[in-house]
Amino acid sequence: MTDRIAVFGGVYSNYHALEAVLADARQQGVRQTHCLGDVGGFGPHPDRAADRLRRSNVHCLQGNYDDSVGNGRSDCQCGYTDPRDNHFAELSYRYTLQNTSEENRAWMRGLSPHHRMRLGDRRVLMAHGSPRQVNEFLWESMTPPAFVRRLLEEFSCDLILVAHSGLYWSLCVDPAAGRGLINVGAIGRPANDGDRSASYAIVSAAGGNDGLGVEFRRVEYDWKTLAAEMRSEGLPEEFTQTIETGWWTTCLEILPAKERGRGRF
Amino acid sequence: MIQRLAHPVSSDPHRGPVLEFGGLDVLWIQVGGTLCNIACTHCFISCGPKNDSHPMMRRDEVQALLERAETLGVKEYYFTGGEPFLHDEIEALIADVLRQGPLSILTNALLIDDARASRLAWMAESSPFGLDLRVSIDGMDATENDPIRGRGSFDKILAGARHLNDHGLNPVFTVTTVHAKYAASRGRGEFMQHLRHLGFERPRVKFIPPFRIGREERRDEAYCDEHRLGPQDLLAGGENALQCGSCRAVTARGVYPCPILIEEDGARMGAALEEGLRPIALNHPACKSCHQEGFSCRT
Repeated sequence: MTDRIAVFGGVYSNYHALEAVLADARQQGVRQTHCLGDVGGFGPHPDRAADRLRRSNVHCLQGNYDDSVGNGRSDCQCGYTDPRDNHFAELSYRYTLQNTSEENRAWMRGLSPHHRMRLGDRRVLMAHGSPRQVNEFLWESMTPPAFVRRLLEEFSCDLILVAHSGLYWSLCVDPAAGRGLINVGAIGRPANDGDRSASYAIVSAAGGNDGLGVEFRRVEYDWKTLAAEMRSEGLPEEFTQTIETGWWTTCLEILPAKERGRGRF
Repeated sequence: MIQRLAHPVSSDPHRGPVLEFGGLDVLWIQVGGTLCNIACTHCFISCGPKNDSHPMMRRDEVQALLERAETLGVKEYYFTGGEPFLHDEIEALIADVLRQGPLSILTNALLIDDARASRLAWMAESSPFGLDLRVSIDGMDATENDPIRGRGSFDKILAGARHLNDHGLNPVFTVTTVHAKYAASRGRGEFMQHLRHLGFERPRVKFIPPFRIGREERRDEAYCDEHRLGPQDLLAGGENALQCGSCRAVTARGVYPCPILIEEDGARMGAALEEGLRPIALNHPACKSCHQEGFSCRT
């Protein structure tokens, strides 16, 4: 029998998308749902997403944002290097830190940065950025198969599931053995392709020698209400434009050339 | 065995903190050797038309290196020199790398005409991996740039960069902070704005500090012996920021901790890549510059 799990990244306070993704995953009949961290940031009312996750049976990892908010660190540790990226990251982090309850911060502090499990007979390792660094960006155009093989070897697993970069993609380095890496992207903001929907992954193992499968699902949610709430909370207009158009307007400088070239800005 | 980076003015080669080697993420390949078609006054390797201290690398040498790098799980590749586009087989070498991973090329863009930019764009489009061209320029006009990079060079660099941009290869301009204004956010903002005026809609710029070695040592002044890290000077987390914990540079002469130090005494770690996969002592003054500035040569 096929074993299926749902995996999503970066909620970024988008509790509307979270609700829609959880409903879709339920309909898909998954055994378990996993969040790869970064519950807050970017969106409005960060406690709403955190409360919803804590009420659910979603298994949640600690991302860099959760570590920062939970421990009251001076910045979000997103790993940006450009002043423009950092400017918007600071605005987002200040708002999120100020609006996250102590109860939710304590929950974030207690989350684990890694999770190991079995999917079928495959060894799965989940992390936020990469297994070796919570804020490492693993972009499709910058992650060669040899590097993925090295990670699989170093961390003794068959499949690595990560997020952090916000764009979903997968790389199978050994189809027969079902070995590879899947970046599940983020549900909190669109995938910079002009589509406003949220994206997450369903990973399945048929068992035996059939290897692993991944399906990236796009889920519609109430982005209009989210955008209205972002405006009433005084969040940067650039953030709201991203939600309304499906194109990234910030955090652009960190994008490698190929990924940047696919976006509008 | 720890590689101790000696320095001519160093009285104590064992002083620097030891940086463990965390695996080879980034491989710098000095394809162009030290041969360059210009002789910038701030070059930290003294590259120029007459410098052959590191010869160009043969294609079979590079291919053997790439095979070894593949088995080590290298994440990113860099071509540098000298000027990589002086190499007769540079486009074949680029294609060799783009079959297995992302590549950045450090260039002065003087040899990039429309036809070459078109071919590079095709290679980039055909590969699943990224191709970045890092174009060095030293200011917003010839008055700023040409005294450093040579008379008439500003217009030619800009022409090369425009060819790349016209073919969809948005270059990463690399600007040193030899002109002090580019060390401050205002000057950097002005530079970005200027690039937009010049037609680069999404300007990408990397600002880098000068290293007081090579020709820069004579243009400005050499490092003093005090400008070095002490055994306890590596700040917490600093080992992750330093690229040399996960990179090595290979030239036709051997393997080095990073691309900055290939002409420095005591920096050569051995003939083969394997000999460089070990810890280093950060004993060179340039190591302190990287650590202080939080600088990485990566794009």
